[in-house]
Amino acid sequence: MNIHEYQAKQVLKEYGAPVAEGVAIFSADEAEAAAKSLPGPLWVVKSQIHAGGRGKGKFKELGPEAKGGVRLAFNLDEVKSHAADMLGNTLVTAQTGDAGKVVNRLYIEDGADIDRELYLSLLVDRTCGQVAFVASTEGGMDIEEVAHNTPELILTLPIDPLQGVTEEKASALCDTLKLEGEARADGMKLFPILYKAFVEKDMALLEINPLIVMENGRLRVLDAKVSFDGNALFRHEDIVALRDKTEEDEKEIEASKHDLAYVALDGNIGCMVNGAGLAMATMDIIKLYGAEPANFLDVGGGATKEKVTSAFKIITSDPNVQGILVNIFGGIMRCDVIAEGVLAAVKEVGLQVPLVVRLEGTNVELGKKIISESGMNVIPADDLDDAAQKIVAAVKEVA
Amino acid sequence: MSILVDKDTKVIVQGLTGKTGTFHTEQALAYFGTQMVAGVHPKKGGETWSSGLESAAELPIFASVKEAKDATGANASVVYVPPAGAGAAIIEAIDAGIPFIVCITEGIPVADMVKVKARLDASDSRLLGPNCPGVLTPEQCKIGIMPGSIFQKGSVGIVSRSGTLTYEAVFQTSQEGLGQSTAVGIGGDPVKGTEFIDMLDLFLDDPETESIIMIGEIGGSAEEEAAEWLKEQAAKGRSKPMVGFIAGRTAPPGRTMGHAGAVISGGKGGADDKIAAMEDAGIRVSPSPAKLGKTLVALLEELKQGA
Repeated sequence: MNIHEYQAKQVLKEYGAPVAEGVAIFSADEAEAAAKSLPGPLWVVKSQIHAGGRGKGKFKELGPEAKGGVRLAFNLDEVKSHAADMLGNTLVTAQTGDAGKVVNRLYIEDGADIDRELYLSLLVDRTCGQVAFVASTEGGMDIEEVAHNTPELILTLPIDPLQGVTEEKASALCDTLKLEGEARADGMKLFPILYKAFVEKDMALLEINPLIVMENGRLRVLDAKVSFDGNALFRHEDIVALRDKTEEDEKEIEASKHDLAYVALDGNIGCMVNGAGLAMATMDIIKLYGAEPANFLDVGGGATKEKVTSAFKIITSDPNVQGILVNIFGGIMRCDVIAEGVLAAVKEVGLQVPLVVRLEGTNVELGKKIISESGMNVIPADDLDDAAQKIVAAVKEVA
Repeated sequence: MSILVDKDTKVIVQGLTGKTGTFHTEQALAYFGTQMVAGVHPKKGGETWSSGLESAAELPIFASVKEAKDATGANASVVYVPPAGAGAAIIEAIDAGIPFIVCITEGIPVADMVKVKARLDASDSRLLGPNCPGVLTPEQCKIGIMPGSIFQKGSVGIVSRSGTLTYEAVFQTSQEGLGQSTAVGIGGDPVKGTEFIDMLDLFLDDPETESIIMIGEIGGSAEEEAAEWLKEQAAKGRSKPMVGFIAGRTAPPGRTMGHAGAVISGGKGGADDKIAAMEDAGIRVSPSPAKLGKTLVALLEELKQGA
């Protein structure tokens, strides 16, 4: 689960990390009062969307000459005009895709005089199974590019969970970031704080890009991106309360209600599959035969008839879907349950597009019988290959 | 021979009394009499679990893994405990000195697995999973949730990050008449007990395993590491014919595809790099998940004619 920058900073502030003062606003009317409550004389007006690259992003409605999604303001009038410019408009960044994201919230923040921009993040390093810091002096830019062009400028430092951030590890981070004097003292304090926040709040990613050394020699968290481990949200009510559903795909929200793993994609063949690996492989094989999947959908191992029906409804609610492929390898899951779920869904929402069903595994004969005797216009398939070819052909025929 | 489990494996069940644990324990007992010997429940020690099957099997329930192990001589444990308590259940099994622990549970917080991993590394136990379908040696032992009906005793070792793709590989190798020595699902989580290399090492050593199917997916770099390791082993003269598959070629970056570990992040973990690394290690990578069995048959045929 992702949260906004201002929320991330609030979480980090509670742990004692140095962040600027700021106020989140939802309408342009609030801009002046927000700015007045901050020291000034420099303010930063920042679009709050769940995507990076905001500074370089462009607003769809404002034309290519207009400034991006993060703007400096040198007086209150500028704060107001920026706020009016940005709120309600659509910001397109390298991470949003062409559709962009509507800016519904702004963060008005006290400005800082920047001396150096650094990169710092925490994540779970899969190779060693530990939380690791990633640090680089090359802050404020795309870390993937840094990793590609100058990997020697990046330090990855795993933390032993039994020891935490030792003085030695904190020093190593300071060295990599070339921190001296007060900035170094700030760093020695900051790194254990960030690790504690990461572990206690079950974060999946904590990225500070940039972490800055200010002209007064102190460290500050200038930007913060935090996402949380969805599997641990059950023990963090405070974090769940930060969820902004306007940032999520409606179909994905609906799917999460039914405990379905669903990811919306751009293609036109809807897929319903059991198991994440098979669901991905089904998308791949559709592509292999020259079409594009409309979604990833894993109904899970122990799906009920109700779950299958909900899944089917979510797929058909996507206007791009021109054909549906149901691919089930019933291990735990019984094919007759799947067949009944599909049947119930079709009865409820109708079937306007071709449907190919491939069933294999437990109770497969019964499942096939239920489908063939239903009178539904279903194209049966023998195996995954056959199924993919049939649905791709059927969609092409309709188009 | 086989790897990890055989007819002498004695299994206790953590989370036996729940619906999932009960169902799969019945299935395991019904599969060539897998030796399920006891259940564990902290509050139900002393009670007896009854199977709903005709066999009317009964298992004693102990309050702790340690008690269950001491009373039954179990050398394996399977964990069906729900996510919030699964990490602690694995640690209990490690502390009790269970040599082989299989965790089926999906949805364990990563932070809990980081703790488990630290304990595991300091012990002699092996953990398979979590978020995995388990392990099955045909006609001998089934731990976990794999459907026994699709298996056939044979010569292919199967290792996979995905449950249902394991079933695809099993089904297809049965259809081709090759059968399986053992099939292992290592699980779809980012932090787990067993990686590809651990299993490949066992398969290379196992005389009954004549060929191997390895199924990976996007996210992380375990496939690349395994490929590199396989090259080193081949240089020492240790190799077997291998077919591979990587799921998620069409997955968009930054999105988690069902499995917590299946995500392309920071430009890393994409399918193309994995496929290239596996091919470079001599693995025949099938472009289609429907052709794992056929690709392996073709490869074995070529090798036979070449020899």
